[in-house]
Amino acid sequence: MTLLGDVARWFADPAHYQGSDAVQTRVLEHLEVSGLAVLVGVLLALPVGLYLGHTGRFGFIAVNVANVGRAIPSLAAIALAIPIAGTLLGAANGLGFWPTFLALIPLAIPPVLTNAYVAVRGVDGDVTEAARGMGLGEAGILRRIELPLALPLILAGIRTAAVNVVATATLGALVAFGGLGRYIVDGLALQEYDRLFAGALLVALLAIAVEVAFGTFERAAVSPGIRVQQGAL
Amino acid sequence: MEFRDVSKRYAGQLAVDQLSFKVPAGRICVLVGPSGSGKTTSLKMVNRLIEPTGGSILIDGRDVLREEPTALRRRIGYVIQQVGLFPHQTIAENVGTVPRLLGWPKERIAARTEQLLALVGLEPSRFALRYPAQLSGGERQRVGVARALAAEPPVMLMDEPFGAVDPIVRDRLQNEFLRIQRDQGTTVLFVTHDIDEAIKLGDRVAVMRGGKLVQYAPPAELLAHPVNAFVAEFVGSDRGLKRLVLLTVGGVDLDTTVARAAVSPNAPILSPASTLRDALVRMLASEAQVGIVVDRDRYLGVLTLSTIGRMIRDDT
Amino acid sequence: MTEGEPLIRWDWIASHLDEFAFRLGEHVELTVIAVGVGFVIAFALSLLILRAPRTEGPITAVTGTMYTIPSLALFALLIPYTGLTVVTAEIGLVSYTLLILVRNIVRGIRGVPADVREAAVGMGYAPREVLWRIELPLALAVIIAGVRLATISTIGLVTVTSLIGQGGFGFLILIGIQRFFTTELIAGAVLSVALAILADALLVLLQRRLTPWARAA
Repeated sequence: MTLLGDVARWFADPAHYQGSDAVQTRVLEHLEVSGLAVLVGVLLALPVGLYLGHTGRFGFIAVNVANVGRAIPSLAAIALAIPIAGTLLGAANGLGFWPTFLALIPLAIPPVLTNAYVAVRGVDGDVTEAARGMGLGEAGILRRIELPLALPLILAGIRTAAVNVVATATLGALVAFGGLGRYIVDGLALQEYDRLFAGALLVALLAIAVEVAFGTFERAAVSPGIRVQQGAL
Repeated sequence: MEFRDVSKRYAGQLAVDQLSFKVPAGRICVLVGPSGSGKTTSLKMVNRLIEPTGGSILIDGRDVLREEPTALRRRIGYVIQQVGLFPHQTIAENVGTVPRLLGWPKERIAARTEQLLALVGLEPSRFALRYPAQLSGGERQRVGVARALAAEPPVMLMDEPFGAVDPIVRDRLQNEFLRIQRDQGTTVLFVTHDIDEAIKLGDRVAVMRGGKLVQYAPPAELLAHPVNAFVAEFVGSDRGLKRLVLLTVGGVDLDTTVARAAVSPNAPILSPASTLRDALVRMLASEAQVGIVVDRDRYLGVLTLSTIGRMIRDDT
Repeated sequence: MTEGEPLIRWDWIASHLDEFAFRLGEHVELTVIAVGVGFVIAFALSLLILRAPRTEGPITAVTGTMYTIPSLALFALLIPYTGLTVVTAEIGLVSYTLLILVRNIVRGIRGVPADVREAAVGMGYAPREVLWRIELPLALAVIIAGVRLATISTIGLVTVTSLIGQGGFGFLILIGIQRFFTTELIAGAVLSVALAILADALLVLLQRRLTPWARAA
């Protein structure tokens, strides 16, 4: 198949590893905006999810945030971030990094918030009751009991968020951001199928690598005494 | 119904070993034993939810292994502990399941359903259109029995059907089940781990252990003459007392030498139909320590504690 | 964003209702075909898993990988073969529905209580009747929950197909981005979200209609 040959030659061409459009530069851009968005999303969503799960209040909101999050198409999120970034940070920042970054944060929040809520809620009431009976305070219960027991689901939520964000960061190319989406959007515009295909391969591999890396980390981080719960997202 | 050398082997382990016994038509046979004794396995081989490894099971002289399993099952009533009502069907639809599978006309199914609900003590107009989730545990169990009886099966299999309801409801369900069974003349194979239930319901009791039949006898004989230490222990050290449940006041020798006027007026009046156990409780509760046995208005004699004591002693 | 331009020009919206209607039809068509075809394939895969549990691992791995690959990348990988066509769009959209649908169909049927299944078999239901009359009706709530998730995410992904010449409301978003025209961009995004919410509500109603027993408890 000539296409695969073209793609192989594209990857072998040293020109694609130099300058602002170099593969390694695009990968770093992609990971940078994704990593920052996931970090901010986790910082915002995790405390809220843990608190709601611990008190058991506003469960309706916590669960529905995820559904609303799903209903927002990624392309719409990117599109809506243009006027928002422009209004907040001035017209000069209405394209490129900022709208991409701002659009990715809300995509990271729902799985983290919902999983944290569901995970803490799901901790056996007898266990927290016993802890309370032994004199642990509410903060102690959350930190020493609920958090370790809820960890597998919380990490699964962060993994879902990370994979979603890495996937959607591809669309940043539409709003003049870099990242691996650049190859796909440019390849489409220029009808250069080798570039298009190479970009798509890189994005797919990156998403799978993120999924696998998080999965490996989850297995290593979770207490062996806890059976991994199935469910939630 | 007859078991002939029936065996079931799982991965080299014998779950049921050369089981042979006959259940006379219209009678209740109770399989009883500790968990793992093979009683439920034996029951499920009758409707071929489990296939025997060896031997044969006959119903009306026909080998169940030669029949098509779904057709066979439609002719056999089946009740399990968790009832297994279909949550997405109304009570009437649940009861009409097997008649529907058999292709009965609608009017006949409707009439039969109504008749059965009334038979198990559920007012048809109140219950027919409800869903199982709207019923109590005892009510669901009644629906389970009605559903099993729907197509007038000659044989019923019951696997701990009253195991999940509380003792008071269980007692009532047992009594109603006995009435319905006598009425319909159904042959029943009944599994329980509760020896009291076995003695109360069984015309015959089959005690199983480790897949083997240890003793097969009417309940009175089981209590009177356990074949070995295992059965003796399983029926309980109070088997003498248990036996009193099976004996009636009319069935023992009364002291007829005492005139009625000579007996303390505190003595309880007993009917010949009451069980010796009930008689004993009432006699112990009164100060007289004897009971006056009266059939309608006719005085039959006096029941004494020593007579009851002899009944217990004789058998142990 | 052009200076001095309002965020939303209502006169533009009023004059483009015909276009919205056309894009709505396109969006719904792409979604219905994707979820419909996805459901048929997922149903077959689920029956395979239920009959041969050993196939569950490989099927989950493949559908999971399809789900992980970013949508734009998957479309891009297909373009050299199937071009900028509806076929490319549908292959991508269908492949995203499979993981959710298979998971929910299998989970729904496995969730049928063992005693209900045993009673059905014990009373003489044939295996196929157990599936159609007992297991599927009881699994319906979980299955429809899966269809809801698949439908919502498909409606979102349809907007991405605008990049390969399809897109429904996504077409408005893409043109809006390319022309810096916030009115068109916001209209496309809002209509897409509204369609997802509406479709979800309709599926909830459908589920209530189909599972009257669930309300009786």
